[in-house]
Amino acid sequence: MSAVLFFIAAIGALTGAIGVVILRDPFYCVLALAVHLVSLAALFLLLRAEFVAAAQVIVYAGAVMVLYVFVVAYVGGGESLTSGAVLRVLGPLFALALAIELCIAMLGAGLKGVSSKGAPYVLGFGTPAHLGRLFLTQYLLPFEIASILLLVAAVGAVVLARRRRGLEAEGERIDAFLLAARRPAYTGTMAEGAGIRPATQNVDYAIEAERVGSGAGDGTGSGSNQEGGW
Amino acid sequence: MAIGWYLTVSALIFSIGAAGVLVRRNPLVILLCLELMLNGANLALVAFSRMWGGEDGQIFALIVMVVAAAEVTVGLGLVVAIYRLRMPIDVDQLSELQG
Repeated sequence: MSAVLFFIAAIGALTGAIGVVILRDPFYCVLALAVHLVSLAALFLLLRAEFVAAAQVIVYAGAVMVLYVFVVAYVGGGESLTSGAVLRVLGPLFALALAIELCIAMLGAGLKGVSSKGAPYVLGFGTPAHLGRLFLTQYLLPFEIASILLLVAAVGAVVLARRRRGLEAEGERIDAFLLAARRPAYTGTMAEGAGIRPATQNVDYAIEAERVGSGAGDGTGSGSNQEGGW
Repeated sequence: MAIGWYLTVSALIFSIGAAGVLVRRNPLVILLCLELMLNGANLALVAFSRMWGGEDGQIFALIVMVVAAAEVTVGLGLVVAIYRLRMPIDVDQLSELQG
């Protein structure tokens, strides 16, 4: 049973990894990575690392994937960029050589444990209680450094991704947007309330809409033209 | 399953990630491939932890996860900043730091 589960999870993890590398659309790459991460969590469970598997699903497949999806949606798919001819050939060759070398190094190391099924299972191995005790006694310093690292990363991300324009330019853009919106006068719009548009603006909106509608040429209706104009 | 199988899978995942870092040029996908490499290392760490019967490898894997999350946060912040500056999202053209 565990062998079947192992092969299912391993094939899922490897398929997801290959999908990340060869898929063109970054959004599909992110989805392939989600498949990979969930399969990897199953492998962690088979290795009796329960807490690591749960953290993998929550932190990676939950939080980090959401971050990736938001950034891909914000930046856009972009053109499918692959490198030049040299790296396109040398990259996979290098990866193949690396895989063979790693397999030789790890499987041919002569460690007895590599061909065994692992140490005998003791109750509570890999549970949050055991890991938490280790984190707060033996590994307290790495734990605190990790928390400082997360704080620095959060501040750094905010600093890197903030808007660099001042508030003035932003306000002007909002004014222009509100002026562009055609609404009947005396209907209590936000623009009138803020004094951006004079409330006594004397424009016949039926004529105005007709003018905008005929200006587009194909005459698909004034409403859709206004939306396109924004 | 013997631990060697897990180590083989981790080596393959690491190599696939390395190939992706070399072949792709979109920084978003390069970050995804870095995640693959870190996950391959994580799988090896957890497998060794199971082999030895101690939980130290799992502690190491959790710390690696923290480092990966920090790296992704800063990397995605950089990608958003590059996008705001209307620069091409292509690591070959972003060579201002190159001396």
